[in-house]
Amino acid sequence: MNKTLLILKQEYLKRVKKKSFIILTLLVPFLFAGMFALIIFLSMNNDKKERTIAVFDESTLFLGEFEDAGYTKYHFLPKEEYQDLKGNLKNSEFYALLYIPGNIYSANTAQLISEKQVPMELSEEIERKLSRFIENDKRQKVVAESGIPDLEEQLSNTKTRIQLNTLKISDSGEATKSSSVVAFIASYAMGFIIYFFVFMYGAMVMRSVMEEKKSRIIEVIISSVKPSQLMAGKIIGTALVGLTQVAIWIVLGVVVLIGVQAFFTPESAQQMSQSLMETQSQMNPAMAQAADQNKVMEVMQMIGNLNLPLILFAFVFYFLGGYLLYSSLLGAVGAAVDNDEDSQQMVLPVTFPLILSIMLLFPIARNPEGPVAFWASIIPFTSPVAMLARVPYGIPTWELLLSMFLLVLTTIGAIYAAAKIYRVGLLMYGKKVNIKELFKWLMYKN
Amino acid sequence: MELFEARNVDKVFAATQALTDVSISVKEQSIFGLLGPNGAGKTTLIRIINQITAPDRGEIFLNGKKMTRADISQIGYLPEERGLYKKMKIGEQAIYLGQLKGLSRQEASKNLKQWFEKFEIMAWWNKNIEELSKGMQQKIQFITTVVHKPKLLIFDEPFSGFDPINTNLIKQEILQLRNDGATVIFSTHNMESVEELCDNIALINKSVKIEDGPTDEIREKYKSNIYEIRYQGDFDNVASSLGNQFKIINHSESEKENRLKVQYLNGNSNNELLQTLIPVSEIRSFEEIIPSMNDVFIKAVEESNKQ
Repeated sequence: MNKTLLILKQEYLKRVKKKSFIILTLLVPFLFAGMFALIIFLSMNNDKKERTIAVFDESTLFLGEFEDAGYTKYHFLPKEEYQDLKGNLKNSEFYALLYIPGNIYSANTAQLISEKQVPMELSEEIERKLSRFIENDKRQKVVAESGIPDLEEQLSNTKTRIQLNTLKISDSGEATKSSSVVAFIASYAMGFIIYFFVFMYGAMVMRSVMEEKKSRIIEVIISSVKPSQLMAGKIIGTALVGLTQVAIWIVLGVVVLIGVQAFFTPESAQQMSQSLMETQSQMNPAMAQAADQNKVMEVMQMIGNLNLPLILFAFVFYFLGGYLLYSSLLGAVGAAVDNDEDSQQMVLPVTFPLILSIMLLFPIARNPEGPVAFWASIIPFTSPVAMLARVPYGIPTWELLLSMFLLVLTTIGAIYAAAKIYRVGLLMYGKKVNIKELFKWLMYKN
Repeated sequence: MELFEARNVDKVFAATQALTDVSISVKEQSIFGLLGPNGAGKTTLIRIINQITAPDRGEIFLNGKKMTRADISQIGYLPEERGLYKKMKIGEQAIYLGQLKGLSRQEASKNLKQWFEKFEIMAWWNKNIEELSKGMQQKIQFITTVVHKPKLLIFDEPFSGFDPINTNLIKQEILQLRNDGATVIFSTHNMESVEELCDNIALINKSVKIEDGPTDEIREKYKSNIYEIRYQGDFDNVASSLGNQFKIINHSESEKENRLKVQYLNGNSNNELLQTLIPVSEIRSFEEIIPSMNDVFIKAVEESNKQ
């Protein structure tokens, strides 16, 4: 059997068979599902606490205006009781005490007194009630004084709410519905996933090289295979572990998502799978019309309107490019150092561009046409994350091609340099290695 | 016939000269000792043979042909600094290492099981390396070095970390492998084992080969005409008859017999010494002292350092 293939198989099986890999791979989708389920559960059962609020209305405007709403009840008090209660709120049955001053009409303030931190929802609700009442009252007075009979109706007709639908014109002149929110989320998520995988699996390659060096098995191995074969087998084997993990997550994710949707709202799950199928092919206008009425469908449609084949292609390309670039560099670092302390010092300068690109992710996703986004997605060390963040918004072909070309070129150069450092470093022990030293190794003849 | 040959090998690392014009040749089915002080360049030469590093100048031949990368499957190499994968089952690991040397899975497994049974360690097959002592790990390393039945075996300090019993076991295995047709190059500081095992040696000091040839001949070459004689008779008589041609190194007297160690300063033959002694004493034994490999090593290195 080809030796690179043998090493690849060994590296792959070693990791995939690990208990921690199996547990993590199987657990992550369920953790996410559990998290979503928890959020949905909590929002369905929000705030069941019974609260009775004592109200002292000095203005006497609101008597009987506060209806009990849900779990919140209101109880109006006369002045004497209010004075008693104010000093002794803690031992009373009331959750809070609302004081409406006599001059609320002009002062525009009221007080909510409580022993506890009042939930924002509750204080906002009371604020809304007070404002609406006074606003209505004022308006009725204006309407009455004006003498115009249907002013009330005319005023309510002036209420307007505009919904902005963003459409994108493609080269062929077709207009598709896009949403910058969907693109933003997609772009952020993609950039983050790439960052996460490149970092995680690049570090895995480094640790694997270090392990062989530290356990001193390396000399036996490279007396059997070329260092370049060893490095290739390791890097490709680890990449396959990553792809396996992603594949399992996608399958599990779809299963879990459908399960969760079906559990909470069977209808929307149905609609979702329906619209999924339909958005795969071109949307027909009638369909688009119908989709407007359904939020879930609309989002699905917008996702469908993203250039999915391009995004998928870019994802695979930049994942592999970024991974190869960083894992070969990290592999070289692993070969150069012989203890964990030194490796940490070397990892930072090597992975700095990657960390920078994740920090730039937010500005890029907010303004995908700006100079930061442009340069970050062209420069090869940041482009795997940055370009992926731009792709969901659509990108000029020449920029994409330039960025891909530069990434391929840099990756080839990095692999070449890493292979040299790797060869020299593997049998170098007890030497404090720094960047300058590594450049010296690069210049070695062999 | 020569199985292995290195011709005029030079190697420089940054500012250090590791090997200077070193040539060695190793006969088929012999054991060749590569000796020298620490840092002399032995490991560099061994790594060049294993194609781990390339020489700056010089050529390496195996079976009369220039060695290529493909030939490393015919070599078994046990490095001085050696280890195994910590988190891997011993059997799996040994099979993997055998496969890397070009064996199929089945072959590797079959050969390994023979060795494991021979060493009576079949019970370790499914254990992790971490559970084994250092000596036990060395045994596994020895097995993985020879599992693919290589023509050329290279051992760098094979006995370090072994107790005397296991050292003996490995010695016997090395001799057995030689008798079965393998050629062995080994480097060690254990001079006793050199005397026992090596047919030929080369001695390297400060990157230069200072001595090579059959072990017996080299020891012979370094002898310095020292004789040990057990005799009965008067020491003073003996001493005076020896005169100034001899230097008495030490002597002891007892009721039964006397012992004398002398160096013949510019003597021609052993008989001359005997002829001088016979008239004045009754000789019980007469032996020329051949220096141990240890003495040869020290003497050769010291002489070369003086130059």
